[in-house]
Amino acid sequence: MAAERSSASARRARLVGRAFIYGTLVLLALLYLMPLWVMVVTSLKSLDEVYAGSFIGLPRALTLEAWEKAWATACIGTECGGLRPYFVNSILMTVPAVVISTAIGAMNGYILTKWRFRGANLIFGLMLFACFLPFQAVILPMAQVLGRLGLAGTIAGLVFVHSVYGITFTTLFFRNYFVTIPDELTKAAQIDGAGFFRIFFAIMLPAALPIVVVSSIWQFTQIWNDFLFGVSFTSGASSPVTVALNNIVNVTMGRKQYNVDMAAAMIAAVPTLVVYVVAGRYFVRGLTAGAVKG
Amino acid sequence: MATLEIDRVRKTFGSLDVLKEVSIAIGDGDFLVLLGPSGCGKSTLLNMIAGLESITGGEIRIAGEVINDLPPKDRDIAMVFQSYALYPTMTVRQNIEFGMKIRRVPAAERARATAAAAEMLQMGHLLDRRPSQLSGGQRQRVAMGRAIVRQPRLFLFDEPLSNLDAKLRVDMRTEIKRLHQRLGTTIVYVTHDQIEAMTLATRIAVMRDGVVEQFGPPQEVYDRPANTYVGRFVGSPAMNIVPTRLEAGAAGAEAVVTLPGGEARIGAIPLSAGTLERCRGRDVLMGIRPEHFAPGRGITVDVDVVEPTGPDTLAIFTLGGVEVTARLEPFAASAGRKLDLAIKTDKVVLFDPGTETRLD
Ligand SMILES: Nc1ncnc2c1ncn2[C@@H]1O[C@H](COP(=O)(O)OP(=O)(O)OP(=O)(O)O)[C@@H](O)[C@H]1O
Ligand SMILES: [Mg+2]
Repeated sequence: MAAERSSASARRARLVGRAFIYGTLVLLALLYLMPLWVMVVTSLKSLDEVYAGSFIGLPRALTLEAWEKAWATACIGTECGGLRPYFVNSILMTVPAVVISTAIGAMNGYILTKWRFRGANLIFGLMLFACFLPFQAVILPMAQVLGRLGLAGTIAGLVFVHSVYGITFTTLFFRNYFVTIPDELTKAAQIDGAGFFRIFFAIMLPAALPIVVVSSIWQFTQIWNDFLFGVSFTSGASSPVTVALNNIVNVTMGRKQYNVDMAAAMIAAVPTLVVYVVAGRYFVRGLTAGAVKG
Repeated sequence: MATLEIDRVRKTFGSLDVLKEVSIAIGDGDFLVLLGPSGCGKSTLLNMIAGLESITGGEIRIAGEVINDLPPKDRDIAMVFQSYALYPTMTVRQNIEFGMKIRRVPAAERARATAAAAEMLQMGHLLDRRPSQLSGGQRQRVAMGRAIVRQPRLFLFDEPLSNLDAKLRVDMRTEIKRLHQRLGTTIVYVTHDQIEAMTLATRIAVMRDGVVEQFGPPQEVYDRPANTYVGRFVGSPAMNIVPTRLEAGAAGAEAVVTLPGGEARIGAIPLSAGTLERCRGRDVLMGIRPEHFAPGRGITVDVDVVEPTGPDTLAIFTLGGVEVTARLEPFAASAGRKLDLAIKTDKVVLFDPGTETRLD
């Protein structure tokens, strides 16, 4: 009897504990998701409804008006073409910058680990140092460089800036990966008659696929989400989407168009979300994977 | 197939002298084993033969041709590495064909060579797997296959068996020996395992700290070690090195050893008259292999520990103030008892106590 009672009370205690844990988790999750909820529902309301009702409630009349406006007709400065051209700008900036910085980082990592030269460690150390350099520190000198190169205020200029700034990170990724690949692999390939580039393209790069994914995702989110370089080095029609978003939201005339702002913010965030959803599991796998054995 | 001459070769890394004037010459079809402890410069020497490390001084010649400045691919060599170094993203077949592709061997020829190597190494069923799907022994086979299809003048092996378990190591050792017998190619093989060296080599070079301590056929290295270092390094259990005094007796050279109960004379040690005259009355070191003891009249020792190994029994006792191991028949000795032992004096070697080199 006593044993039964005590086991029953133990079960009750465990249940209460569970309920408490899950209750807290759900509560915190809801709290965390609240802003997203507000964004989504607001973007689906008409402006009148936004001003009439509460922020949190469901829209009475569902409308995609705000999304259309944010994408195609919202006014940014004097232009009223929505985010679309700036979104294209961001793609034109991000894709080449990701490819260039990842490619150069892979080559750097390969050279720093498999073709070690006098001072290789020093150079790597300096590159690491550059990782910790704040954005703000490079803006002024970079502006001068861009001016000299004739790239000031262009998307090509932004590609250049992001490629250069990203190389430190991509080099770090690839060096730390290639260092785990035995040097004997390079030696075997040399005896087989492979040269510098063939060893890189036929052996090292295929073995480094996980870290290529990591580097690409990292660079993509960094570059797509960048605001400071965009606002510093471009203006008007060549701005990336983050700068354009800021300009939409900061319009001071008339009623504030919350629904359009919310839609615009989500449009600007979609690509990084998609990248994470599609490639996220490779990201974790790549970060935790060592080189392939054998 | 080719001869290999290593002629006063030196290697320095910055201020570090890794190889100091190494000279070794082997003939066509020889199996040279570079034997030595970790860090003595074996891999460095092998990499220099392969062209993966530059040569600081001296010359390396393959078939009489100086190859110091040839890149690895033009030296006509193939190499098998300790970690096997298989290309991880390629299948076994692609691994084997990689070098041939670079040399632009036609596809039909490549397929034929791969099939032949696969048959010789019994790995036909592995050709479409990736290295990560192979066991250690199978990877080892693939690495050898990759070397074989090259049909080189010289095979280089860098500790190819040290990542395998004991059983497999013995099997693969036989396989490598069979390969050598079949192909007859000159081989240079690096190991720190003296049994591998003894079983495989036609020539052994025992190395220490960048110097070749002895170079010769395995049996000679075993029977007549150039110095105490080689005597201790080759053979298991190691050669016993016992301090003694050299005397001239009726039977020629005699060594006088101290036993717990007094002194004993061990006679008829082969030694030249000149050396005997020079070293008479002086202290020398006596080298005795464990198997050169046998029950019989000679010395009486107190057996300290007995270690049965199956085929024979190791008896450990004190002789001349040092610990000595004798290899005897099973049950020939028991711990804590006295034991009468004879020494095969014609097998005993003597060393100078100062330089530790062999006295002839
Ligand atoms: N690239 C290098 N730079 C500096 N020193 C080196 C370099 N490579 C090897 N050495 C040194 O040279 C010595 C010999 O190295 P090596 O790799 O030839 O030894 P090993 O006989 O093959 O040893 P192991 O049995 O451990 O493989 C070691 O002391 C090592 O530290
Ligand atoms: Mg080595």
